[in-house]
Amino acid sequence: MTKLDDAVLLEKEDRAGPWRAALSSQIAGPLAALVLAIVIFSATTDSFLNPGNLSLIAQQSVVVGTLALGQTLVILTAGIDLSNGAIMVLASVVIGNLATDGNVLGALLAGLATCLVLGLLNGVLVSQFSLPPFIVTLGVLSVLTAAARLYTDSQSYPITSEFLTALNEGPAFGGVTITYGVMLWIGLTAILGYALTQTAWGVRVYAVGDNPRAAALTGIKVKRVLLSVYLTAAVVYAFAAWQALGRTPTADPSGYATANLDSITAVVIGGTSLFGGRGGVVGTLIGALIVTVLANGLTQAGIDSLYQQVGTGVLVVIAVAVDHFVRTRQTR
Amino acid sequence: MTQFVLQARGLTKHYGHVVAMDNCDFDLRAGEILAVIGDNGAGKSTLIKALTGAVIPDSGEIMVNGEPVHFRSPLDARKAGIETVYQELGVAPALDITQNLYLGREQRRKGLLGTVFRKLDKSAMRQGSARQMADLGIRVQSIRQKVDTLSGGQRQAVAVARVAAWATSVVIMDEPTAALGVRETNQVLQLIERVRENGLPVVLISHNMPNVWQVADRIHIHRLGRRIAVVEPDSTTMEEAVAVMTGAKQPEALA
Ligand SMILES: Nc1ncnc2c1ncn2[C@@H]1O[C@H](COP(=O)(O)OP(=O)(O)O)[C@@H](O)[C@H]1O
Ligand SMILES: [Mg+2]
Repeated sequence: MTKLDDAVLLEKEDRAGPWRAALSSQIAGPLAALVLAIVIFSATTDSFLNPGNLSLIAQQSVVVGTLALGQTLVILTAGIDLSNGAIMVLASVVIGNLATDGNVLGALLAGLATCLVLGLLNGVLVSQFSLPPFIVTLGVLSVLTAAARLYTDSQSYPITSEFLTALNEGPAFGGVTITYGVMLWIGLTAILGYALTQTAWGVRVYAVGDNPRAAALTGIKVKRVLLSVYLTAAVVYAFAAWQALGRTPTADPSGYATANLDSITAVVIGGTSLFGGRGGVVGTLIGALIVTVLANGLTQAGIDSLYQQVGTGVLVVIAVAVDHFVRTRQTR
Repeated sequence: MTQFVLQARGLTKHYGHVVAMDNCDFDLRAGEILAVIGDNGAGKSTLIKALTGAVIPDSGEIMVNGEPVHFRSPLDARKAGIETVYQELGVAPALDITQNLYLGREQRRKGLLGTVFRKLDKSAMRQGSARQMADLGIRVQSIRQKVDTLSGGQRQAVAVARVAAWATSVVIMDEPTAALGVRETNQVLQLIERVRENGLPVVLISHNMPNVWQVADRIHIHRLGRRIAVVEPDSTTMEEAVAVMTGAKQPEALA
């Protein structure tokens, strides 16, 4: 008897599957907020809803948005990465320095290697030594901030290579330029979204963030999953470094000083729980767009940009409150 | 002749000066629910851990279906078909029922999608978990429900369903109802009986004597690191068993 009921129920759900999943999940709230903000700014300003401005919003979101994708992976495991901006900056000055010889591809690969080594460092300290991610990445942040300046002697490198700034170019569709950087951002979101929701690795990332002891008891190699997350995030940060060189064609050791916190903001506004196990990269993409739309829209409306910080702060608190409610809810 | 699925002879385990197991024996028959009762600190959990590879005994022998085994880790025990429900630690609340049932054993799609793109076969896993839940008579609104939307009893039911799904020789439960109310406890007890009906023997560690007398076929009484008696609920009263368990009565006094 139960068999039949369940079978029927299951079939009905499978058809409604992807949509229901998307709408019922954490994405619904951030998406509604984004749409609302766009509608309000479109209605109240003349300049917001124009192709050039929309394209600009996407471009302005790209660096922090990409960093935030890696940050999402770490936060899903109940970790936090305060060092991601600094890793990106070090990678970009390494690229900028090495590219002065003209070997651009080699420079880019060296940037990737820089990110991987630092991701490995964070990952090993967190997984093998069971140190708290907050402290580990705070330490790495501090060391790297100094390292980037020592490495460059506090100079910045102008980027002249077209290949290195190529991500800021792109085709225009009806007046809206979609840069390769924006495409890369969306592509990375799609790939990570697939990995998180459609593969066993993804399920294990969520499980490790949700309940590491239960995950370990089911035979999941928790340390290995954690290490894989920090390494994957590092690869994403390397892409962010390339994006950054396109956005501003100088590799500046003191740039992007708040990118780490901005990426956390995007993740949280995007509906991912700081306690791990809940959320995802599509929400983070929306979260990053919300922050930029707020800044851009308020500027268009002629409102002091300090109010953008107020608005972002309010959204962060709302997101955390919603998460708290979701985690503590009990049916019956 | 009775078949023994899981046995132990002369298990010993010292923690410094503490003797957690002292020449302990254990026998589980095919198709039975065997309860293990004993005072706090008697060594029940240590025995269970030794049987599931979580603790390596100093000496003694463990046999699965009469064959000696040497478990080095919980994974070894699992490979031998022994699955364990741990108290309160069974499930990941942010994951749904299917993800919990298949955690660590996810199924991938056939063909390129599975081998190259590592794509999960979600519909097969959902069907599998719906079938498993139905077989055990566990009713939930949807197999896609996240576990944190379930009641405590339903959560424990999911943990039981998982071990029952993967166990091929023995299901072990350490205090599965300790955190549950009366109604939910009864649901889990029914579930344990279902697991037995489906052909798997169950080892149930419990402090709740009425529960034990309700479902157990035999009762292993543990005291000071060893099995001091095995009784049947029909021929022994709870009072007698508790007296033996606490040392107030000698095991020989039992009929
Ligand atoms: N890892 C350990 N280290 C030291 N002593 C332990 C350890 N595990 C169990 N013990 C001791 O072994 C004895 C038996 O414990 P346990 O098997 O947990 O008993 P029970 O489950 O019957 O309450 C207790 O005295 C306990 O303190
Ligand atoms: Mg115990």
